[in-house]
Amino acid sequence: MTGRLRFLRTPSGAIGIGILTCVLLVAFVGPYLAPHSPTAVIGAPLSGASGHAPLGTDFLGRDVLSRLLYGGRSVIGLALAATALAYLIGMTIGLIAGYSRSVVDPILMRTVDVMLAFPPLLFLLVLIAGTGQSRTVMVVGVAIILAPGISRIVRTATQEVAVRGYVEAAVARGERPPAVLLREVVPNILAPVLVDVGLRFTFSILIVASVNFLGLGLQPPSSNWAVMISENRQYISLNWLSVVAPAAMIAILTIGVNLTGDAIARSLGRSYTPSTTRGVVTA
Amino acid sequence: MNAASVPTTSAASPAISVQSLCLALATGETVVDDVSFEVPRGEILGVVGESGSGKSTVALALLGYTKPGIVVRHGSIDVGGERILGRDPREVRRLRGKVVSYVPQDPGGALNPSLRIGATILDVLRAHRTSPLDDDAVPSALGRVELDGHFAQRYPHQLSGGQQQRVVIATATVCGPPVAVLDEPTTGLDVLTQDRILRELKRLREEEQMAMVFVSHDLAVIARMADRVLVMYAGRVLEHGPAEEVIDHPRHPYTQALVAAIPDVHAPRTLRGIPGVSVGVGEWPEGCAFAPRCRHQVESCHRALPELVFARPDHSVRCFRWEDVAGAERVPAGTRSEIEASASDDLLTVTHLEACYRRGRAEQTAVHDVSFTIGRGQCVALVGESGSGKSTIGRCIVGLHHPSGGVIAFDSRPLAAAARARPLEQRRRIQIVFQNPYQSLNPRQRIGSAIERPLRVLRRLSHDDAEREVGGLLERVRLPAGVAKRFPSELSGGERQRVAVARALAAQPDLLICDEITSSLDVSVQAAVLELLQDLRRDLHLSMLFITHNLGVVASVADTVLVMERGSLCETGAVDEVLSAPTNAYTRSLLQAAPSLTEAAVAG
Repeated sequence: MTGRLRFLRTPSGAIGIGILTCVLLVAFVGPYLAPHSPTAVIGAPLSGASGHAPLGTDFLGRDVLSRLLYGGRSVIGLALAATALAYLIGMTIGLIAGYSRSVVDPILMRTVDVMLAFPPLLFLLVLIAGTGQSRTVMVVGVAIILAPGISRIVRTATQEVAVRGYVEAAVARGERPPAVLLREVVPNILAPVLVDVGLRFTFSILIVASVNFLGLGLQPPSSNWAVMISENRQYISLNWLSVVAPAAMIAILTIGVNLTGDAIARSLGRSYTPSTTRGVVTA
Repeated sequence: MNAASVPTTSAASPAISVQSLCLALATGETVVDDVSFEVPRGEILGVVGESGSGKSTVALALLGYTKPGIVVRHGSIDVGGERILGRDPREVRRLRGKVVSYVPQDPGGALNPSLRIGATILDVLRAHRTSPLDDDAVPSALGRVELDGHFAQRYPHQLSGGQQQRVVIATATVCGPPVAVLDEPTTGLDVLTQDRILRELKRLREEEQMAMVFVSHDLAVIARMADRVLVMYAGRVLEHGPAEEVIDHPRHPYTQALVAAIPDVHAPRTLRGIPGVSVGVGEWPEGCAFAPRCRHQVESCHRALPELVFARPDHSVRCFRWEDVAGAERVPAGTRSEIEASASDDLLTVTHLEACYRRGRAEQTAVHDVSFTIGRGQCVALVGESGSGKSTIGRCIVGLHHPSGGVIAFDSRPLAAAARARPLEQRRRIQIVFQNPYQSLNPRQRIGSAIERPLRVLRRLSHDDAEREVGGLLERVRLPAGVAKRFPSELSGGERQRVAVARALAAQPDLLICDEITSSLDVSVQAAVLELLQDLRRDLHLSMLFITHNLGVVASVADTVLVMERGSLCETGAVDEVLSAPTNAYTRSLLQAAPSLTEAAVAG
């Protein structure tokens, strides 16, 4: 009822936003509360939890809690930027392909299919090898990996909406295609397009972590949840918290994003045509 | 009549007996209140009412099923000698298909798309037969609905809507149940297909002595099928009696209003919609629920609920004033309102129009060599069954479909194929209203901004000027100005269609194309929308192209009619002449198939 924020009224929306707020607070306020520097060696490597280091130390003897508090910003920032860019690229391609009834559609979609054929990690490694390591390359690379899947969903949703009366009315008014797409089509395809935003966000974290694991991503000693998991992975039996704590943060973040995404998609979907009304109008 | 000729029938054991049935939402609101009726073997009971009258809820209850959230408060239902209510759900499930079967409105949704037709029919047979099945069980089931045996090998999507509905009827009757419940079985089918299905059902009734409950919002269809009619409104029975009695001499003002709303090919006249909207569950007023919309209301109607009283031994009515009302005119006398049109001055000229659709590599002709003109102020109806290409012509005129040949000239100037290639003035002067009210408005835009858009794009008004005009446009289509702040999901189908008309009028068009705009609306709402269009035509000197498959509607709104068959015009002429003396065989078959109140007795 209260317009755009009504998704907060649903349990999953409220819980999702609650979780997200907590994780974002940890990531962005955390650095100011950290007891140690994330790069400082404060004790023996892989020691267990103690008063000095509540979550123990990592494989170099750095404080896991401090690295955890510092390590959220770059994960969230990278994944957010990559997911946003992926949606921008994917939506643009999908909208153009789904709306055009010319050769543009097959040309775009076959290009997308070729992109889908690349193993994501290999693509990213080649890209990094070719252009050097940087945050920008990471963001663009991950976005390019995610975009094809998004564009396929957007294309199908666009084709479905494009034949509806309100879109045709706009076409008959002679409105320009970008105006028709932005005013009439985009608001009505958001529900199916946004359901898996959480999933894609998670996937982008995963890719960042994997690339790190191969030593080509963000370089240590910078702190990052994904980097933490990969660098402490083999020592999990010595200080399990050094792996489980960052993994839990990523998991909680994912759950928060997914719950919120679901709730938004559902609240967008509610004003959709009820399916029961479709039978009457086949004549 | 029929019942008397069947020896097994006795007054003591009707095929269906419903006694004081009362259904309610789990939250307490009553959905169906005190409904009682009996149907003897071999008879058809027609249940008629607007959307939300509870007719489908009653129909489903006969199968021992209620929609989630609805509970049975009290009452009894006996079908085929079996008690339905208060029985173990598993036992009731066994009765479905064997004792009572169901034919829903949307056959496409009723058939499993991944099962062949034969498998669907076998499923029902296996569920109810104990003895081994004959090899010809499926072909003979299909044969009963006049489908060839090879249909068993097909999938539902390979069938037309009418064939799908026949398959559903075949599965519903394959175990020979004594009772069938049909919920709007022909709504959404075109007249010719509807005609075939109705014939099929009547034949099954004769041959198998089935008792049927036939639910519909269209009294003309009911008139053709039913022996007795039950008129429902807001969950209550308002009138119940023999079909001819109820339709020829309706006693309740609501029945009278329903009759007045039905367009009739054989008796063209001005239609009159029922003012207001049908009340929903939980909104029932004190006293008679129809009183607020009733022409004959008096104060007492609002205070107490009238009892169902017998006007004749077999004809009951729920109205305080039925004796006064019954004397009043049955159908308002008004004949078709003539609107002056200057047919000599052509506004739109279509010459040798050709259009096709591409399916992969193949091209399919949709429109072939169609020529016609629309004069200023004239209303031309374009008639034909689904797939005849009539909508494609409308889409070519507004520039949504590119013709493959021919010329469309507007005001003596040829129109470009694509809307965007046309000058602003041409785009403004031709407007279209689409068929599906649920898809013609953007669900994410408020009604106000939907109507503002053509004002800004086509008439170049400023935002403030456009906003000021919205109220007046809504008033034109008889909607309160407050609607501007609402979203489409908050409006009924009829209200949405009015908004779509207002959006078209915003451009101040000269030509309005109406593409099946009433085909998904209740008849009472349809009458109100048609009434509105007639008024607009008169006040604004609009020319109209009215695309429809309903000849009754044509008879009440159009001056000239074009009949289309498979992409070509097969007959054109003045409405009176074409409808009274059709020269073309296809036009004649369309006319014969059109359900009509006056011809009900003949057609049956």
